[in-house]
Amino acid sequence: MNFDEHEHVIEVTDLRRVYGGGFEAVRGITFSVDRGEVFALLGTNGAGKTSTVELLEGLAEPAAGHIRVLGHDPYAERAVVRPRTGVMLQEGGFPSELTVAETARMWAGCVSGARPPLEVLDLVGLAGKADVRVKQLSGGERRRLDLALALLGDPEVLFLDEPTTGLDAEGRRDTWELVRRLRDNGTTVLLTTHYLEEAEGLADRLAILHQGRIAAAGTPAEVTAAQPSRITFELPEGYFLGDLPPLGELGVSGHEVEGRLVRLRTHRLQWAATRLLVWAEQAGVELRRLDVRSASLEEAFLGIAREAAEAAGTKEYAA
Amino acid sequence: MSTAMTTPMGRMTSLARAELTLLGRSRGTLFAALFVPLILPLSAREAAKQMDLAEVGLTLGTVILPASIGFSLLYAVYATLVSVYTARREELVLKRLRTGELRDTEILTGAALPAVVTGLAQCVVLAIGCTVLLDVGAPRAPHLAVLGLLLGIFLCVSLAAVTSAFTRSVESAQVTTLPVVFLSMIFSGMFVPLEILPDRVASACELLPLTPVITLVRGGWTGGLSASEALGAILVALVWTVGGVFAVRRWFRWEPRR
Repeated sequence: MNFDEHEHVIEVTDLRRVYGGGFEAVRGITFSVDRGEVFALLGTNGAGKTSTVELLEGLAEPAAGHIRVLGHDPYAERAVVRPRTGVMLQEGGFPSELTVAETARMWAGCVSGARPPLEVLDLVGLAGKADVRVKQLSGGERRRLDLALALLGDPEVLFLDEPTTGLDAEGRRDTWELVRRLRDNGTTVLLTTHYLEEAEGLADRLAILHQGRIAAAGTPAEVTAAQPSRITFELPEGYFLGDLPPLGELGVSGHEVEGRLVRLRTHRLQWAATRLLVWAEQAGVELRRLDVRSASLEEAFLGIAREAAEAAGTKEYAA
Repeated sequence: MSTAMTTPMGRMTSLARAELTLLGRSRGTLFAALFVPLILPLSAREAAKQMDLAEVGLTLGTVILPASIGFSLLYAVYATLVSVYTARREELVLKRLRTGELRDTEILTGAALPAVVTGLAQCVVLAIGCTVLLDVGAPRAPHLAVLGLLLGIFLCVSLAAVTSAFTRSVESAQVTTLPVVFLSMIFSGMFVPLEILPDRVASACELLPLTPVITLVRGGWTGGLSASEALGAILVALVWTVGGVFAVRRWFRWEPRR
């Protein structure tokens, strides 16, 4: 191997993608993925995840910016890159009238150094369905067939576009386990997902995409640490927000009120919670529906959406 | 790396094999591809009987034989491939194939192979059948017939790729293929030899894509094509070929419209 262990297997610089109608789906993103790393692109539908991955796979040419996959341009140098990558598209891509085994055999004939098709089908738990037509498979089984084909050539780099969408809880865990094993064997994995727990549990590093831009990036812990913790409770009968101790003294950096439900955001969770509980004790009131939680990826995700909405001037949340 | 790299031929063979399986499972397409070109020559024969062919130096055989080959190209190759390309695009198979090592031309060629082989086999059967049953005799200039057939196949594949770009579903392929099929059958010398059309109409018809194909095949059998006529036909076919390649690159769709 003439590769440095720590080289960037994927390098993306100022990437942009503009569709025919002029819609800019990817608006200047930069990130890199190291060898043997699982990197997640997290975002809501329409955030630009698939648009980005398709560029990395070399299916389309970027409007601007640069991509290097294994040191090459995946679009212009397709022939060099493709034998070393595996791709799982977001949906479908199989003739419905072929059987699972026929589909795998067809694909194996187009993949350099392909493993025996049945072996890979076994790996994803589809060996028992080898003679079933693709049209008779469930949505989850189709996802697993797609994964099997992506793995046929033992790729160095694996692109998985929403690999567990449509899978049940067990199938999802199986796929996670498989991805972890691949990572342990040195495969670099770039996956997209809108499941927060998937990104949190699987990814070494992640980037949260929002409206075609990277809103936050880093390890799950780093992304989470930048976000405030949260205290939620119901205002006691007859009390108003102004009856609480001044929020600034509590270390609260932001709050929302929905009916009688109060949500406080703070970077000093223990301090704020203690002051609030001491106040409740002294006032002799009960804080119903009390919920104290440190920042999670979910909070980070919602926080980013909220900031973006506020920046756009659509005041959905009172500041 | 010790792993065996794939070759273009290996990749296309693998794809063609899958397409052959699919063709065998698609009853409607299979029927149109296999039987229509065998039935149409019978009706062309009835039409040809009404014409005064001897006056323009043609016989029933030298009309029916090129027409049969034309029908085969239109139904076994062209119409079949419009369905194939459209179905694969709508099922996202083309997009899937493009994520792998196959190049774009390999995908189009590999997917076309079963239909092309079917069409070629049919042309051979029809040519032999006409030769024997209609007393045509051996071709006098076989190279022209072969050249015409090869150009015809290439044209039909590229026309099919372009047509599929304007075809939303396999069902609508029955409609979108009609212009090429009907124009070719009526004005490219299949049902009606250009020789019996008014000169001005005939000159216009000579510019249609499949006309040079029919002209070359017929000339291959009669041996009655002058060098300049043959060159003219080849030139028209080549222009369409280049245009076809350009059109495929420009308009072919690899993914469904969003």
